[in-house]
Amino acid sequence: MTVEEVRAQLESKFGEAMGALSETKGDRFVVVKGDVIVDLCHFLKSTVGLEFDYCQDITAVDWPGRNVIEVVYHLYSLVHRHGIVLKVETDRSAPAVATVEGVWKAATWLEREIYDLFGVNFIGHSDMRRILLPDDWVGNPLRKDYKEAGGYHGVGNERVDPLVQLTKVTDEKRKAIAAAAAAEAATATTTATTTTTATATTTATTVEAAATAAGAGPSSEGKG
Amino acid sequence: MAIDLELDRHILQRTSPTEEEIVVNFGPQHPSTHGVINFVTQTNGEVIRRSVPDIGYLHRGLEKIGEQVPYPGYMPFTDRIDYLAAMFANEGYAAAVERLLGIDAPPRAKYLRAIAGELCRISNHFISVGTMAQDIGAATPLTHALRERESVNDLLEELCGARLTFNYHRIGGVAFDVPEGWADKVLRFLDHLDSYIQEWDRLITFNKIFVKRLAGVGIITRAKAIDYGLAGPNLRGSGVNFDIRRDMPYGAYPDFDFNVPVGTGRVGILGDCWDRYFVRVQEIVESSKIVRQALAKLPDGDIQAKVARKLKPEAGEAVGRVESARGEMLYYVVSDGSEKAYRLRVRTGSFMAMGIIEELSSGIMVADLIAIIASLDVVAPEVDR
Repeated sequence: MTVEEVRAQLESKFGEAMGALSETKGDRFVVVKGDVIVDLCHFLKSTVGLEFDYCQDITAVDWPGRNVIEVVYHLYSLVHRHGIVLKVETDRSAPAVATVEGVWKAATWLEREIYDLFGVNFIGHSDMRRILLPDDWVGNPLRKDYKEAGGYHGVGNERVDPLVQLTKVTDEKRKAIAAAAAAEAATATTTATTTTTATATTTATTVEAAATAAGAGPSSEGKG
Repeated sequence: MAIDLELDRHILQRTSPTEEEIVVNFGPQHPSTHGVINFVTQTNGEVIRRSVPDIGYLHRGLEKIGEQVPYPGYMPFTDRIDYLAAMFANEGYAAAVERLLGIDAPPRAKYLRAIAGELCRISNHFISVGTMAQDIGAATPLTHALRERESVNDLLEELCGARLTFNYHRIGGVAFDVPEGWADKVLRFLDHLDSYIQEWDRLITFNKIFVKRLAGVGIITRAKAIDYGLAGPNLRGSGVNFDIRRDMPYGAYPDFDFNVPVGTGRVGILGDCWDRYFVRVQEIVESSKIVRQALAKLPDGDIQAKVARKLKPEAGEAVGRVESARGEMLYYVVSDGSEKAYRLRVRTGSFMAMGIIEELSSGIMVADLIAIIASLDVVAPEVDR
């Protein structure tokens, strides 16, 4: 069956609750009135010839401009190999849609995810809890007006841009580092010279000092 | 000592007749949970009353990120959705955006997508069946599986420069053509693979202990699999003959001749853990067949369609579906005419598979829960996205 035929069959049963097929580019969808969605899904699943037994996806889209959240159903029939996309619009300030959990079990988790990320309340759902985010999370992240709370239990969500840190080093700190290294190298060289001239015997201290001098030498050159 | 007291307390809890049941957090850091997932498990000794998956530990907001980066820039993020089979995540996203733009990849790119995808499926399924054996207590098969998988990863690395996060697909094509002499290397590997699969079957598939641990365990009936929206090998393991590659064809798949293995209840009952396992083993063979055909028929031409530098699809929406290693991967992209997606939704096979675990867990043994999780082949980042 084509999408048009499925829609026509639904319209003969549900009449005005069915919107027209969308004319936008890409995949087409049908907007359905929210109060018939459960009956409509039962009808889609149980009617011979339609038999939409497979709920591929349920998701949502937030439209602050129109003040609605669309709940989008991607349904498919494994028996007849045809599909349809349905949409239910719900008020953004208090979004609520009846659950289709009773039609397809797959809806249980899919609807929980929408509740978590969009804040749509599914009326009659058996387990309406957050699923991905912690229970005490504030807000619904996939809404367009979501603002991050600035961290969660002391774990921040901001990070200094590493490139900014690099610039700071090149501008100000580099000179200070170079100066400190040069001063250190100067003292190390003096110590090494005095030690070698004072004692001819090879002791642990002289070796150490010589090593420091050798190590400091190239670095001071590099900085210069 | 404090530790001993703690131990005593747990032992008491297990044996005490007044407190028969305990609640155990199986995870989030447990080798058998296949990633950071927690199963809050209520058990009476070895028998599980129920086990409730607690997910979200790896939630990175990948759908939200999709609304914040331009269309081509999202491709590397899709790799992170499923790190064991990133080719399909790439391909699904490319398919959805191409549909939205109304463009098509050139034939050569489609073939390369099929080759890369099927090699990736082989690599993924080896991890899946290998870790499944490991979870059940057979240590050796995993080492064999990893060895074979390394060969595939080497080939994919030569093709696209990465071993896991491929970022190989582009909107309207693929990033790289096949290197010199690569096809011969792939064929040599496939020759080895086809004979090796028989060795694998002798090693573990029909191993008596392995079969006993899996046959008749975690049975998902056909109706239940459909009702819960399971996908891919999990759905086919229950005897449902549905494969996006064949039934909603995309890319170069209509040109290939391959079988879709389904569960039959060969050693136990239809839809048990062994059926799901064996579907994956058979799929390795089928993937090998597809790669051979694709290499033999590989057409000449471009690997990238002409695509504008700044992608601004017309307002509208499109769905891209691919048969991932974990079943149908569905990308739902809504455009408002700007260069970023208005909404990007990823529906994955692992998420749907996790939904059925609570139902399956009632009344089973703890060891069987591990077999069930392994047989469903869930990957935590794909569950949480």
